Amino acid sequence: MSAAPAPPKKTNHIGLEVLNYRGGKTTLCAGCGHNAITERLIDAFWEMGVEPHQVAKMSGIGCSSKTPAYFLSQSHGFNAVHGRAPAVATGALLGNHQMRCVVVSGDGDTASIGLGQFMHMLRRNVPLIYIIENNGVYGLTKGQFSATADVGAKLKTGTVNELPPIDCCLAGIELGATLVARSFSGDKRQLSAILRAAIAHNGLSVIDIISPCVTFNDHEGSTKSYAYMKDHEEPLHELDFVPGFSDIEVEIAEGESRVVELHDGSKLLLHKLEHDYDPTSKIHALEVLHESTQRNEVLTGIIYIDRGKQTLTEMLDIVDEPLATLAEHRVRPSREVLELINEEFR
Amino acid sequence: MHATPTVPSVSAEQNGSLHAKERVVNDFSIQVATVNGSGSQTANNVLMRTIFQMGVPVSGKNLFPSNIAGLPTWFTIRASKEGYIGRKKEIDFFVAMNAETAQEDALKLAPGSALVYDEPLKLNELRSDLHFYAVPFDKLVGPVCPEAKLRKLVKNMIYDGVVAHLLGLDLEEMRKALFKQFGARKKKAAELNWGAVAAGKEYAEKNLTKTDPFWIEPMDRTGGKLIIEGNTAAALGCLFAGVTVLTWYPITPSSTLAEALISYLGRFRREAETGKGTYAVVQAEDELAAVGMAIGAGWAGARSMTCTSGPGVSLMSEFVGLAYYAEIPTVIIDVQRVGPSTGLPTRTMQGDIMSNALLSHGDCKHPVLFPSSPEECFTMAQECFDLAERFQTPVFMNMDLDLGMNNWMSDAFPYPEKPIARGKVLTAEDLDRLGGFARYQDVDGDGVAYRTLPGTKHQQAAYFTRGTGHNEKAVYSEREDDWIHNMDRLARKFETLRHQISAPLASDKPGAKIGLVSCGTSRWAMEESSDQLSREYGTEVSWLRLRAYPFGDELAAFIDRHERVYIIDQNRDAQLLGLMRLDLDAARVAKLRSVRYYGGLPLDARTVTDEIVMQEGL
Repeated sequence: MSAAPAPPKKTNHIGLEVLNYRGGKTTLCAGCGHNAITERLIDAFWEMGVEPHQVAKMSGIGCSSKTPAYFLSQSHGFNAVHGRAPAVATGALLGNHQMRCVVVSGDGDTASIGLGQFMHMLRRNVPLIYIIENNGVYGLTKGQFSATADVGAKLKTGTVNELPPIDCCLAGIELGATLVARSFSGDKRQLSAILRAAIAHNGLSVIDIISPCVTFNDHEGSTKSYAYMKDHEEPLHELDFVPGFSDIEVEIAEGESRVVELHDGSKLLLHKLEHDYDPTSKIHALEVLHESTQRNEVLTGIIYIDRGKQTLTEMLDIVDEPLATLAEHRVRPSREVLELINEEFR
Repeated sequence: MHATPTVPSVSAEQNGSLHAKERVVNDFSIQVATVNGSGSQTANNVLMRTIFQMGVPVSGKNLFPSNIAGLPTWFTIRASKEGYIGRKKEIDFFVAMNAETAQEDALKLAPGSALVYDEPLKLNELRSDLHFYAVPFDKLVGPVCPEAKLRKLVKNMIYDGVVAHLLGLDLEEMRKALFKQFGARKKKAAELNWGAVAAGKEYAEKNLTKTDPFWIEPMDRTGGKLIIEGNTAAALGCLFAGVTVLTWYPITPSSTLAEALISYLGRFRREAETGKGTYAVVQAEDELAAVGMAIGAGWAGARSMTCTSGPGVSLMSEFVGLAYYAEIPTVIIDVQRVGPSTGLPTRTMQGDIMSNALLSHGDCKHPVLFPSSPEECFTMAQECFDLAERFQTPVFMNMDLDLGMNNWMSDAFPYPEKPIARGKVLTAEDLDRLGGFARYQDVDGDGVAYRTLPGTKHQQAAYFTRGTGHNEKAVYSEREDDWIHNMDRLARKFETLRHQISAPLASDKPGAKIGLVSCGTSRWAMEESSDQLSREYGTEVSWLRLRAYPFGDELAAFIDRHERVYIIDQNRDAQLLGLMRLDLDAARVAKLRSVRYYGGLPLDARTVTDEIVMQEGL
């Protein structure tokens, strides 16, 4: 009697199993929104068939910043200092502009200590995926408010936040990110589509993901809890993503959906919900964000996309190969050049 | 010791009596006082280059305000037949062009000095023990410069002509220097300015009678040499080191280093066929981001750098600790200025010796190179990049404003003969052969582990870099033994480096019981002071100059060979001495004395000599 043949292993279009995209075991709390985002990242990179060795995972400090250890273990990772992942990621891409880069940050990391670096990264359109795992509190220091906490939000201790939140999507749109989205860690379908679109996009993607902290900010009175999101999430559209390498024919019902073609030939389908929404208008994007905030809604979906803007590394006009590994004769000028320079100072 | 460098003292060469018969040739200093932004820099450089082109060793020190235009500035040129290029404390020949400071300047001069001044200032009424030369600059500039708005700039060239006559400068060399200064594209401006020089020369010939003893005569000691600022030299060092990523934030006095490098990268590092660059430069939003980007680039495998000054170093503190602990190469060039705080942004100090060596919290130490000359700026910049990659750690180059922003006479720069060192980097082929690697394992016993670069196509290539506790495999760990094991390896790595970084250089004098030790630009005052002590006091004094931290074994040996050793510091708190206290045993520390200067001017030999004389009771 012979054993039944093992079922064929499921592989992506470059022949890798999802196992190749997994990382270490999470040490975050059970039920933490961040873990769900980690799962979506694993799936998205696997489904898109990105070579793991071509990805750099960067982070700052905080619960969110620990997560790069929990996905893509075959990718180089860098857990840097608080709020400064943008600088490190920018530098890494200068050193090797062929790499793809994903930064995982939190609301404290991005909107408080790292706000300056975040803003300048936006301005430079650094070609990377910047994820904000936004729970409105500092977890590792046991539950203080962050700068994305909403007015009136209440801590478990009863402390009420009275300062207005910093909206990272507004900043992203205003200052130069070229794909700006908001999502919810519990919205599997939407988040998957957004992450895959970000992988397909050439430029800076800022994805603000409401990701409840089950230990410090998931209670009554929180505006970043599972329950609150269930009641207040307001999707702009329903999303589908069709990767460029697939041969699926896209059929669009006239007036019901929009198709956004991305850098690598992938297509993002935006299915109309209550209103038709065009994410390529910056002014309209800012308008809908402000309006939703006034209505106490959490607007989710692809809020803004600009597919034509030059990225930082394109602007710098670097040779095709990574700077990191250029041979000596390409980086050290000749003896004749030095003699010419010496002569200029004689 | 007191920070009063401008108090006049009569030099040994000067006897103070007027109408001295003895000629003082090629051994005096000229100071020109002007107004910031008046274009005087061109006139000063032409004057200096003329002396240089006549074969006389020369140095230039620009004392300028933190201001765009309108405040006083002083430029000092020292001619020294002996080849001393440090600052000379005494001013022998003064040109007073700034009405605001003229009186104070004139009163500070030692008796017997020469004073060229703008006639309406009537400085000759202040005292009678100087050689006075009144020149009506405003009257002279009109005829040579019809365009009124240019007169302010052209006026300064007149003193070049006057001084040329009084000191016996070679006019043909001055003309060459002037045209070199303006460059091929500004011939018309050069002609206009040459007219002013000629007018000054003509006026002096007809109206001034030389009574002072100071003369420049041709020599042959500058052939093949360069006149260059340390910042330019350091930029060239980085260029030839093969820098690929520069991320920086503007700060005096390091900005001109970055700007010079950017200009050279544009000229020499764009590939002929495509026009694309083999480098990337980003002007960051602050020094935190500047060093963060440099660290990210170093992590990715680039030859990365940033340059800054003390305030920037303070901001970089947290990041530098990360790079030390996560073992990431990058180069940080610190062109020091006077602190604490904003301090004196345009004055010089060795104020960051301690912070460069020990920057950041926890147990941290960093290699620091101390260039003393443009040539060392050039060679040590290359050494910095090689050390950073070989030892996977941030490396500082500790310069100062005096070195970075002043004009120095230098030997021509030698082409690097050694190939670029990239350190222990494993490729995919290496990983196939080894079957994997542990990022922080001391395989070779030298404390230096192997790394892989992001983008290496191999399943075992990746590792996770973190500033948190980690074991040999770069896995998060809070274990006591892992932490100690790793910190001990880092200490071992530093010990390996100690023997591979530029060693101290000593010059022992026969029978010398005392020695001087310094780093960086203090070298020039130290060497000259050793000569002064021998010549004037009959006391032989050895010297040793430290070229890097960690200090080599030669320092301890030098201390052992002498009874007392004076450590020269250009800071109040004796930082170099303090660093030695951490490294040396108590018996050697007991032999150390301190010489300090912290007034913001480049250190001069007389200040060192006077202090040694006082402490030794000579």
